[in-house]
Amino acid sequence: MAGSGNAHLRSDPNTLLRIENMVVEFPAGRKGKVHAVSDVSFDVVEGETLGIVGESGCGKSTTAKAIIQMPKPTAGNVWFNGKDLASLEGEEMRRMRPEIQMIFQDPISSLNPRRKVREIVSEGISVWGSGRSADGAFTQDRIDEVMTSVGLKPEMVSDRRPHEFSGGQCQRIAVARALVLDPKVIICDEPVSALDVSVQAQILNLLEDMKERYGLTLVFISHDLSVVKNVSDRVMVMYLGKVCEVGDGDHLFDHPAHPYTRALLSAVPGGGGRFEDSAESLEGELPSPINPPDGCRFHTRCPRAEDKCRSVEPQLAAVDDGDHFVACHFPHEVGVQFDLRNGGDTAEAAAEVAGPEEADA
Amino acid sequence: MSELAVEANPVSVGTNATPVLEVKDYKVGFKTERGLARAVDGVNFTLGTGKTLGIVGESGSGKSVLNRSIMGLVVSSRQIEEGSVKFHGQEIVGTNRQPYWGKKMSMIFQDPMTSLNPVMKIGKQIGEPLRMHLGMDKKQAAERATELLTQVGIPEPGRRLKQYPHELSGGMRQRVMIAIALSGEPDFLVADEPTTALDVTVQKYILDLLRKLQVERNMAMTLITHDLGVARGRTDELLVMYGGRSLEQAPTETLFNNMRHPYTEALLESIPTLDHAKHTRLNPIPGSPPDIVNPPKGCRFAPRCKYAQPECVTDDPPSVVDGDHAYACFFPVGTEANQLALEKNIAAGETAVGLPVTKNGQVF
Repeated sequence: MAGSGNAHLRSDPNTLLRIENMVVEFPAGRKGKVHAVSDVSFDVVEGETLGIVGESGCGKSTTAKAIIQMPKPTAGNVWFNGKDLASLEGEEMRRMRPEIQMIFQDPISSLNPRRKVREIVSEGISVWGSGRSADGAFTQDRIDEVMTSVGLKPEMVSDRRPHEFSGGQCQRIAVARALVLDPKVIICDEPVSALDVSVQAQILNLLEDMKERYGLTLVFISHDLSVVKNVSDRVMVMYLGKVCEVGDGDHLFDHPAHPYTRALLSAVPGGGGRFEDSAESLEGELPSPINPPDGCRFHTRCPRAEDKCRSVEPQLAAVDDGDHFVACHFPHEVGVQFDLRNGGDTAEAAAEVAGPEEADA
Repeated sequence: MSELAVEANPVSVGTNATPVLEVKDYKVGFKTERGLARAVDGVNFTLGTGKTLGIVGESGSGKSVLNRSIMGLVVSSRQIEEGSVKFHGQEIVGTNRQPYWGKKMSMIFQDPMTSLNPVMKIGKQIGEPLRMHLGMDKKQAAERATELLTQVGIPEPGRRLKQYPHELSGGMRQRVMIAIALSGEPDFLVADEPTTALDVTVQKYILDLLRKLQVERNMAMTLITHDLGVARGRTDELLVMYGGRSLEQAPTETLFNNMRHPYTEALLESIPTLDHAKHTRLNPIPGSPPDIVNPPKGCRFAPRCKYAQPECVTDDPPSVVDGDHAYACFFPVGTEANQLALEKNIAAGETAVGLPVTKNGQVF
């Protein structure tokens, strides 16, 4: 799975964020290196939500942090608004920071417990002044507006501190803090993983509303496939620092071509027995990112692995005419997949696929 | 504690002569500065040999306190325990349950990272209960520990015994926890959110493993989870907890196919699923769980319920028992009364507690 290659990068003129061949490595021991992210490329078009999904240790959070240069990637480019963030230093990079904001997993520990909510939300403005607003009269109105839009009553919450709020409320505060500087991109790193299901739904709806209201572009990281499917336009599946599969969310989850994507889907509880054939396949542990396997990094756990997979790294290639790319030597054929939503069998689904064409003819 | 309209509950899992666990009108309260916090407020269930009871609910619903109190793990002078819990026919409320630990009842916890002692080797941690509860010597304990690790699917058990918890992955650590919990061959296991901290693939492995070991040992289990997907297919019966009460309980399939309580329905509707197309609008449950020190008068879910009527606010709905299905609601889902209640609220634009209801019957 390894997927390298840039076949899936689009030439859309509205591409806002374009990551090319990004590598993130950390030193480990005397000579060793943790290969956290290895040659990953992707792009995000303005107004789109890119979901990144994978098990813990697959490099999804590292990827997100490398986008905002915390830490800087070891190699590769991060193009944002025509500038390569990876090459910017000091003040130049600082000037870019308001454009890309982040929301973290644990809402309670990501807010300073000693600060009042007003101080937390307004800190960005106090750093940047009102210089970022067109009319200059930004501050208090802006803070109130953002707080109201995330469902907090400014007069009720402003003078309270984070410990007085529930996890869901804290996550609303974190969303308000991210929004206050009017960013173009928000990176959400597991924003709902620490929340109860009922609250999770509130925050997911809120993110969708904020995306619409403020014209945001989101990079949404989660290990929960159902959540990722719900919020994302495009989904990228990662494994051990590499990209496995990229594509339109609905299509990718209904017709997964990569054995790893199928294994993930088969493990979703209450998934109604999707892809039972691959259900038993994901045995063994995630290999060490210090010594990742040669060839396709997934070959040690892959039910379809052959000799080629052990030596040659697969490149991302288009699966079909649509927006769907997979890095696998032996991907599952997508054309003969049945539609999961209908649960029909293969022959019927093939007929359905052929159906519209016949109608056209 | 408050007086409750609780009927004797015929819902039971397993029909063997003496159930492993028989819980009747069980209450657990904590004295706080603000008053008595009724963490568990009259719960009933029966659990037979080899069966699994799933307990679902949001954080703060009392599902963990219920199980920990049954185990006798909540030891505090501020705790008050009432009602009856019979373990193999013997009343255990008010008694010291320590003699049961390990050999008769055991527990696995949510976070395998913090539940193991970081400065003790795996082998010693598994051996400890064997030596304490079963009186084995060091050598016997080491042999048994190797066997146990093999049973929970850990490769190279001999090497793992000599490692520390930080050298193991999360899934591996949870398997060690399971090995420790099962070392004394208990009849009853509490699994408190055993997979919440784990990846989906590991989660599936752990749940399958628990199921397998449970069948092999004919062990009774309560599986606490906030994930209805996990509960479905892994449990024989489900108990939906809210604000310390059981709002609905039934055999798992009955509950999913024929759910009666608006809270169960709301919980299920709030979860995104793979069957929905992208950007499907979710239906969150508005508001937040009730204050268990001063619970609302009437139905505890009424402030968040789209069907709420005036009587829901004033009267506490009694538990209605319909065969093996019990629920506490005046307007159960799937009935005409429920439909009328919703139509009435849509027409009024709000529920009896003033929660706004949209034309298509959504609350927000």
